[in-house]
Amino acid sequence: MAVSTPSRNVVLMSVFRGDADGGELVNYRVPIREGMVVLDAVLWVQANMAPDLAVRWNCKAAKCGSCSAEINGFPRLMCKSPVAEYGEEFTVRPMRTFPIIRDLVTDVSWNYEVNKKIPPFTPSAEDAADPEPWRMQQEDVDRITEFRKCIECFLCQDVCHVLRNHDRKDAFFGPRFMIRTASLEMHPKDALDRRPLMKGEGGVGMCNITKCCTEVCPEHIHITDNAIIPLKERVADLYFDPLRAIGRRLRGKK
Amino acid sequence: MTPENTDTDVLVIGAGGAGMRGAIAAAQAGRRVTVVCKSLLGKAHTVMAEGGAAAALANVAGLDSWEAHFADTMKGGKLINNWRMAELHAKESPERILELERWGAVFDRTEDGLIHQRPFGAHTYPRLAHIGDRTGLELIRSLQDALVHTPGVEVHMEVTVVRLLLAAGRVVGALAYARADGRQIVYSARAVLLATGGAGRIYRVTSNSWECTGDGTMLAYEAGARLRDCEMVQFHPTGMVWPPGVRGILVTEGVRGEGGVLRNKDGERFMERYDHERMELSSRDVVARAINSEVAAGRGSPHGGAFLDITHRSPDFIKRKLPSMYEQFLKLAKVDITKEPMEVAPTIHYYMGGVDVEAETGATTVPGLYAAGEVASGLHGANRLGGNSLSDLLVFGKRAGDAAAEFAGRQGKPRRIDKAQVEAATEFLMAPLTRPHGESPYKLQSELQEVCTQHAPIIRDEPSLREGLEKVLALKERAAEMGTGGATTRAFNPGWHSALDLHSMLINAEALFRSAIERKESRGAHARSDFPKLDPKWAQLNLMVQKGKNGEMTVTATENQPIPYELTEVITQSFQKYTPEEHE
Ligand SMILES: Cc1cc2nc3c(=O)[nH]c(=O)nc-3n(C[C@H](O)[C@H](O)[C@H](O)COP(=O)(O)OP(=O)(O)OC[C@H]3O[C@@H](n4cnc5c(N)ncnc54)[C@H](O)[C@@H]3O)c2cc1C
Ligand code: SF4
Ligand code: SF4
Ligand code: FES
Repeated sequence: MAVSTPSRNVVLMSVFRGDADGGELVNYRVPIREGMVVLDAVLWVQANMAPDLAVRWNCKAAKCGSCSAEINGFPRLMCKSPVAEYGEEFTVRPMRTFPIIRDLVTDVSWNYEVNKKIPPFTPSAEDAADPEPWRMQQEDVDRITEFRKCIECFLCQDVCHVLRNHDRKDAFFGPRFMIRTASLEMHPKDALDRRPLMKGEGGVGMCNITKCCTEVCPEHIHITDNAIIPLKERVADLYFDPLRAIGRRLRGKK
Repeated sequence: MTPENTDTDVLVIGAGGAGMRGAIAAAQAGRRVTVVCKSLLGKAHTVMAEGGAAAALANVAGLDSWEAHFADTMKGGKLINNWRMAELHAKESPERILELERWGAVFDRTEDGLIHQRPFGAHTYPRLAHIGDRTGLELIRSLQDALVHTPGVEVHMEVTVVRLLLAAGRVVGALAYARADGRQIVYSARAVLLATGGAGRIYRVTSNSWECTGDGTMLAYEAGARLRDCEMVQFHPTGMVWPPGVRGILVTEGVRGEGGVLRNKDGERFMERYDHERMELSSRDVVARAINSEVAAGRGSPHGGAFLDITHRSPDFIKRKLPSMYEQFLKLAKVDITKEPMEVAPTIHYYMGGVDVEAETGATTVPGLYAAGEVASGLHGANRLGGNSLSDLLVFGKRAGDAAAEFAGRQGKPRRIDKAQVEAATEFLMAPLTRPHGESPYKLQSELQEVCTQHAPIIRDEPSLREGLEKVLALKERAAEMGTGGATTRAFNPGWHSALDLHSMLINAEALFRSAIERKESRGAHARSDFPKLDPKWAQLNLMVQKGKNGEMTVTATENQPIPYELTEVITQSFQKYTPEEHE
């Protein structure tokens, strides 16, 4: 469909089109509306120029974590990225760390496999048997609220060099699952010890605290400072300093 | 390509709150369960829910009781609810919420360390268990974690069901396709649980997610099941209005629950004139119509809405209680809600109508087919109260999962899947790909949205509804010849997927228009300018939609089951007013 809008109301969006066998950036001229986000532009192209342009999206409200992509090389949610921030031209590519399916859609199933390896929430036998509604303090809940904001967009997984550049999916669960583990480990009612898992298969030691993950998190979770570093400390406690670990336990921090 | 075959005891279609809770129940009952969903796991529409889950835990208002919750739900639904569902829901919600907490869900706390509850529209007492303004995410993540660790459950992500398969009048399976590569999958199952959510996307301005195309209602209808209350579509009073790119995105009722006030362009707190008693926390139908009237009278905000103001609360309080709203406005509208009011207008939000079910079991009128969650109908009557959906998902997800498991357990060998049905369904599935030059589904979809928006708005009238129906039928004819917009690939081809979605959307729209024409009164979400009053005669009637003998859509008014005397007493009883002490 020809676009006859004056050029200042048009942006040039280059979108990766292709699959596992290869592909290329294709240029689209998209008329802009006030407040338009990149996902709107992609959906406009889909409706008017390239009906088979593959893209994942659900909520268009930054709540589901489906529309992850790399805009000008930077991992972002397309529905939370105003077009106006990019001037007259920008590129949209799929996340690089995961195998491509088609166009902007990647195969993120590895993340779901990792999640299964993390033992779920497990209360103590005593708490589980308690017939009364549980009591927890807001302050204790607040400690993990941040982690539970994670929308599983996997942008942190995409950017982490351990997974992205070194492809060590065999050795490191990645920042998303450090968050997940921390949210369980610091849950006021959880009684399981996931530190051996973190030291072993989870590979918390692979992280060298570059904080790239924290930078891209659309939920502003302090992945490194609030989850990974405390997890590293806990693991260190367990394996290298039994006395400090006992001290922590006595102070009620598990 | 020959379709892939898989066999299971209970096939759960949908992985929102209702589907996941149902799947867990069925698996715990010892059945093999397969869950299929259109998106990735954990991304279902439920994830967007903000405000909370309503349950009479009585943690904040000791006066609360199941009776009070029941009465609020029935009054909110203008008495055409399935009263037995409302009763079960009010009684069982607390148990389901506490159970979710035992599975690891985290809620905000009261000073005594119990689950905190926030006030919400038309709930007599503060009743919504919540965590900030992202309760749906918490519910999804907790259920997802429980689901993947429940033995006997398999999840097939990004698989869309297009038709149910029947044998001797019973549902015995389904035909689906995988989005990634377009491969077909034939499921054979001893029972099927529909948990596919609503159909908000038939409107242009909606808070709903991409998936909400009403597939479940279509699947049930085509299998011969009865639909109910299809005229009842909820407009949420507060969606974003500006800029245009974000129009429709929800502004949680939690804003009003936490003290937000509505004003018109003259700065007047207009709810005073519409519901002096409950003000901003009146029921959604009332608030949505109030904003609509203010705009119509020329007192609207610059972009055709109203102002919602919470700036009298401290910035700290706002950021803690409404973090996603703060972020959403800052990022998408460049509005700092701690300093400026928000601009809001009604947006399509929830389907009260859907598949008619038995209260206790979620059984539809077709053996072997169960439904729960937004796709099912009855609990909310003519208007849903905020927070009642999330607890609905848990209560009836479990009940339907239990019942489907029980039904599946009673079946012997799996029924043979009828080849002819699979072939017919496959032909339907593949048809758009064979018509690359057919009309674009995107174009038809946008025309349909325009029709619903224009002809089934907040205030309706017969001539316009009839015109809308005609337009839907015309679109249906064009859709029979539509293509994919051009491409014929089976690999992740959204043009093809949209064509299939459109089929569901058209059936939902037709049911909406046909039912709305029939209900000649104004009740709850269904307001008619030509019949502006509530008509007591209609309080006894529900409109049922079913596929007729010649494939035509029929609408019948059926008398609802009378409410038992004891429950009528509960509804008419007056509950003591709750007066909160103000504290931040
Ligand atoms: C922004 C927003 C805020 C809300 N806030 C609240 C709130 O605070 N409190 C409250 O109680 N309610 C709230 N609601 C309403 C509530 O979230 C929904 O009604 C509820 O989540 C619906 O859940 P569900 O399990 O029935 O279906 P959904 O969550 O919609 O899930 C449907 C599932 O079915 C799958 N599916 C659909 N079609 C097919 C198909 N053909 N084949 C395979 N799978 C299919 C989908 O992929 C999905 O997994 C809110 C709604 C919105 C939009
Ligand atoms: S801080 Fe650790 S987890 Fe995060 S990106 Fe760097 S190496 Fe990866
Ligand atoms: S931690 Fe942040 S970046 Fe990582 S998946 Fe969760 S929301 Fe996305
Ligand atoms: S579409 Fe849900 S996060 Fe972007």
